[in-house]
Amino acid sequence: MINNRFFGRRRPEPPRPIPPGQYLEDGFPVLSAGPTPRVDTATWEFTIQSSSANGSEGGSETLGSWDWDALNALPQTDFHTDIHCVTKWSKLDTDWRGVTIDTLFEDAGITDPDDFVMAFCDGGYTTNLPVEDIVDGKGLLAHTYDGEPLAPEHGGPVRLLVPHLYFWKSAKWVRGLKFMDQDAPGFWEGYGYNMYGDPWREQRYTGD
Amino acid sequence: MGPEGAGTGPEATATPGAWQVATVESVHTESPRVKLFRLKLPGRGNFQAGQYYDIRLSAPDGYQAQRSYSISSSPEEPDVIELTIELITDGEVSSYFHEVVEKGEKIELRGPIGGHFTWTPNYTEPVLLVAGGSGIAPLMSILRHRRTVGAASRMLLMFSVRTESDILFRRDLEQMASEDTNFELVITLTRAVPEGWAGETRRIDPQMIDAAFDMVSREAGGAFDGAKEPDRTFGRAYICGGTGFVESIASYLLETGMDYNEIRTERFGP
Ligand SMILES: Cc1cc2nc3c(=O)[nH]c(=O)nc-3n(C[C@H](O)[C@H](O)[C@H](O)COP(=O)(O)OP(=O)(O)OC[C@H]3O[C@@H](n4cnc5c(N)ncnc54)[C@H](O)[C@@H]3O)c2cc1C
Repeated sequence: MINNRFFGRRRPEPPRPIPPGQYLEDGFPVLSAGPTPRVDTATWEFTIQSSSANGSEGGSETLGSWDWDALNALPQTDFHTDIHCVTKWSKLDTDWRGVTIDTLFEDAGITDPDDFVMAFCDGGYTTNLPVEDIVDGKGLLAHTYDGEPLAPEHGGPVRLLVPHLYFWKSAKWVRGLKFMDQDAPGFWEGYGYNMYGDPWREQRYTGD
Repeated sequence: MGPEGAGTGPEATATPGAWQVATVESVHTESPRVKLFRLKLPGRGNFQAGQYYDIRLSAPDGYQAQRSYSISSSPEEPDVIELTIELITDGEVSSYFHEVVEKGEKIELRGPIGGHFTWTPNYTEPVLLVAGGSGIAPLMSILRHRRTVGAASRMLLMFSVRTESDILFRRDLEQMASEDTNFELVITLTRAVPEGWAGETRRIDPQMIDAAFDMVSREAGGAFDGAKEPDRTFGRAYICGGTGFVESIASYLLETGMDYNEIRTERFGP
């Protein structure tokens, strides 16, 4: 279908291709389902939990946990990357610092992870990810954006960063990962958003 | 704190349909910056009040632009959705709607989308609605739906606009407020105030929100459960508008002790 009188404004022509249906944004829009939770780094803790036996809620054990100081004492990694939000904006050349999921797994001695994780957050937000999409340098626990502590409305003190997937997968205010032996929908995924969310294949919603 | 935390269980599972072509049935100038577009869909299906559609415009050379717009009409209206579109200066899609789109134009869209920012009549607790400008759109759908089904639950709308001419859906809202004792309307003008204006005249702040809580708790014992603590009378809040607006109000509601997962937000832009 063509809108014959639509020509578009095409403000800044992207210096390199961006995913289909996206436009360039200079600012940094905020998108969350609720308020910005207050998170105190003095009591903040990040945990990695095993999957529950037989899919039950209980029976999962903590495989690794880090408080604020412990996280900062781990080797730090910089990500320079483009990000793509499902609400259509893309932002190029963003700079982040944090700890890779590889480093966390190594520190906790996790060598044989399950195939999926559920990221969980302050406020109750969750999102599901395949483990292969957060290891091998693909996933970061980010606490610094553009050289400054990550602002609360953008997910501070710590958010997940998985930039090759739509940005709702980069969970704000993240507090842990729970392994799952089978994929299961998180918060937005349960509302019809795509289970995987590859922006280059425009996987916005269920069935895309 | 764990993955079993509240808010993880969706109330509705929705799969937006494929792209479809709607026809513009009418265009109405609602305020100097906002037009209402009624779109006829070949097969709309059901939606929940509060949901939105994705719009896709395609230029003759193949260039495309997509944006989201909330539905402002009630789910009971068959095969039609109304969009409430504010003109953003230099905005790619909103200016096309304002300057070019007229009756009969074909528009590509898909939806409905979204599930957290929705209200259904089986939720009977008192609700606080807070809108900034065009952020009224999804809340209008909620209010119209509530009226159509004759829900008795209490709602209070705080609506912030710049000037009197920016008050969207004014007649409809004032009529609801006068006919329905369970609906309260607070309109605040943040820029220019006409002579004789009886409503509020500043940005929505903690005192104004406290007054809304007071208003609802004062009237408790009437149509709704008066046994609740006075400062917790709203079970849920829906806040919609620009990011700064939504952030400040949501943060204050969190401070008042309202449950995090009952503070539902939709942010339209910067
Ligand atoms: C879930 C959802 C529902 C929405 N529902 C509605 C709705 O019901 N009605 C409605 O009018 N809009 C709604 N929006 C906003 C809408 O999707 C567009 O972002 C908006 O119309 C601007 O698009 P544009 O192409 O005209 O401007 P763009 O070309 O995208 O933007 C031009 C410039 O304006 C800025 N800008 C973008 N949006 C705004 C804004 N809202 N206020 C001030 N500056 C802005 C941009 O940062 C940019 O610098 C919704 C957004 C979301 C995410």
